[in-house]
Amino acid sequence: MRLTCPLCGERDRREFYYCGAEDYLHRPAEGAPLAEWDNYLHLRDNPAGVTKDLWYHEAGCSQWLMVTRNTVTHEISAVELVAERKA
Amino acid sequence: MRYSGLKVITEGLFGNKGWTPAWRDPAPKAEYDVIIIGGGGHGLSTAYYLAKNHGITNVAVLEKGYLGSGNIGRNTTIVRANYFLPGNSEFYSHSMKLWEGLEADLNYNVMHSQRGLINLFHSDGQRDAFVRRGNAMINQGDDAILLDRDGVREHLPYLDFDNTRFPIYGGLLHPRGGSARHDAVAWGYARGADQRGVDLIQNCEVTGIDIENGVVRGVQTTRGAIRAKKVGIVVAGRSSQVAAMAGMRLPIESHILQAFVTEGLKPVINHVISFGMGHFYISQSDKGGLVFGGDLDFYASYAARGNLPMVEHVMEAGMTLMPMIGRAKVLRSWGGIMDMSPDGSPVIDKTHVDGLFIDCGWNYGGFKAVPASGWCMAHLMATGEPHEVARKFRLDRFATGHLLDEEGTGSQHNLH
Ligand SMILES: Cc1cc2nc3c(=O)[nH]c(=O)nc-3n(C[C@H](O)[C@H](O)[C@H](O)COP(=O)(O)OP(=O)(O)OC[C@H]3O[C@@H](n4cnc5c(N)ncnc54)[C@H](O)[C@@H]3O)c2cc1C
Ligand SMILES: [Zn+2]
Repeated sequence: MRLTCPLCGERDRREFYYCGAEDYLHRPAEGAPLAEWDNYLHLRDNPAGVTKDLWYHEAGCSQWLMVTRNTVTHEISAVELVAERKA
Repeated sequence: MRYSGLKVITEGLFGNKGWTPAWRDPAPKAEYDVIIIGGGGHGLSTAYYLAKNHGITNVAVLEKGYLGSGNIGRNTTIVRANYFLPGNSEFYSHSMKLWEGLEADLNYNVMHSQRGLINLFHSDGQRDAFVRRGNAMINQGDDAILLDRDGVREHLPYLDFDNTRFPIYGGLLHPRGGSARHDAVAWGYARGADQRGVDLIQNCEVTGIDIENGVVRGVQTTRGAIRAKKVGIVVAGRSSQVAAMAGMRLPIESHILQAFVTEGLKPVINHVISFGMGHFYISQSDKGGLVFGGDLDFYASYAARGNLPMVEHVMEAGMTLMPMIGRAKVLRSWGGIMDMSPDGSPVIDKTHVDGLFIDCGWNYGGFKAVPASGWCMAHLMATGEPHEVARKFRLDRFATGHLLDEEGTGSQHNLH
């Protein structure tokens, strides 16, 4: 598998650290009920198909990337910088 | 038909014409008392123990492919009871006892072989951790022997003991650990369940779960609707999809785990060897192939095939540990879809829907659990109460903080 980092170009999978589903971008507000924290930390859609997940370009530009890819075919359709993501 | 040595001999003498199929191929009935979704190891053992322990025989196992087409036929067959957390320890101990009587119970040769498992350690700190684990195993009534460097050398003279990065300090020997024939475990349970009246229905994918007023009524399948009083979801890597049919979001991420086998060789490795620091483990099958594997590919995937970085890593780790395998030719590699939970431990529990139960989260360790998981899932579905040895495998433990983090790495999806 290769990912095309918007800053560094196409790179080998080994340069990236996988964090998990993009749920990690939706942190509950301080003081939110426990159920929201459980949902944020543990519960996942875990789709068989298109998913968005977070990868860190560890051996490159040190940017967090949001990757849109298919978990069944391993096809990658988009790689965006998390920092430039519109809220 | 009962299998026996005498039967094998007489069939051999008369052209093997008397064998009958090991199970029926029934059409689904309109209604069952219990439906088990998933014909893997856990689904089949659940059905078997529902019939055998609880007398519930109006049961169907619905399998979308053929029996044993999932992880039960893809794993590397290590059977062990070397856990230390209360909750895990008694469960895997129970499973080991069931393994030890399994062939007689099923009247089926699952080729269970207690050849001993050796976990290697490479530092004083790791040694202390293994002493603690060994003591926990002994406290649980299982067996563990601490081996020093020379002790390991006696068993495994062919390892590279002086590797610069990971010199071998010793190992923890678990004599009752070993392996079994994975397919045979599925087939043995399938045959045992079928003989007790369970319908094993293949090529029958569940596409929906019918729920009325919070009570399960049955399932929709590619072979029509089937009603049931109770339904168990036992689908390993596909747990999130099937649970979503009942409106649930699970603490599961599905990952790929790869494994490898070489051409058949003469007997050379007698034990199961685990080299945790290199993420590598190996054993030799009765056919002679070296069966080995490593860690997850480490990203969510349903592809049932892995990527090259992990292939390379596993080969390197193997060569580091035991250079003698370098000239063996790898025949095949494959992957299985693992239902990874955040803390690395499983779930056997009720759900928010009356009559709907779930057994999932087996991570990369669910083969050894097949007997006890079926035993406990059957107990839960028959009695409504969790079995004594599985009472900590709760679905809500992530919300309540009662985690079972055996590795002590934290409760987060990418850490196990
Ligand atoms: C490479 C590899 C090595 C492993 N090594 C070990 C090991 O050494 N020791 C160990 O203890 N464990 C090991 N494991 C883990 C173990 O194999 C699994 O945890 C265990 O097999 C999972 O339970 P199961 O047998 O019920 O799963 P499966 O056999 O995957 O059963 C689930 C079944 O559900 C069916 N299904 C899914 N969706 C539906 C649907 N909608 N309708 C109907 N049916 C459906 C699937 O087709 C499948 O047959 C390994 C796994 C892999 C992949
Ligand atoms: Zn980059």
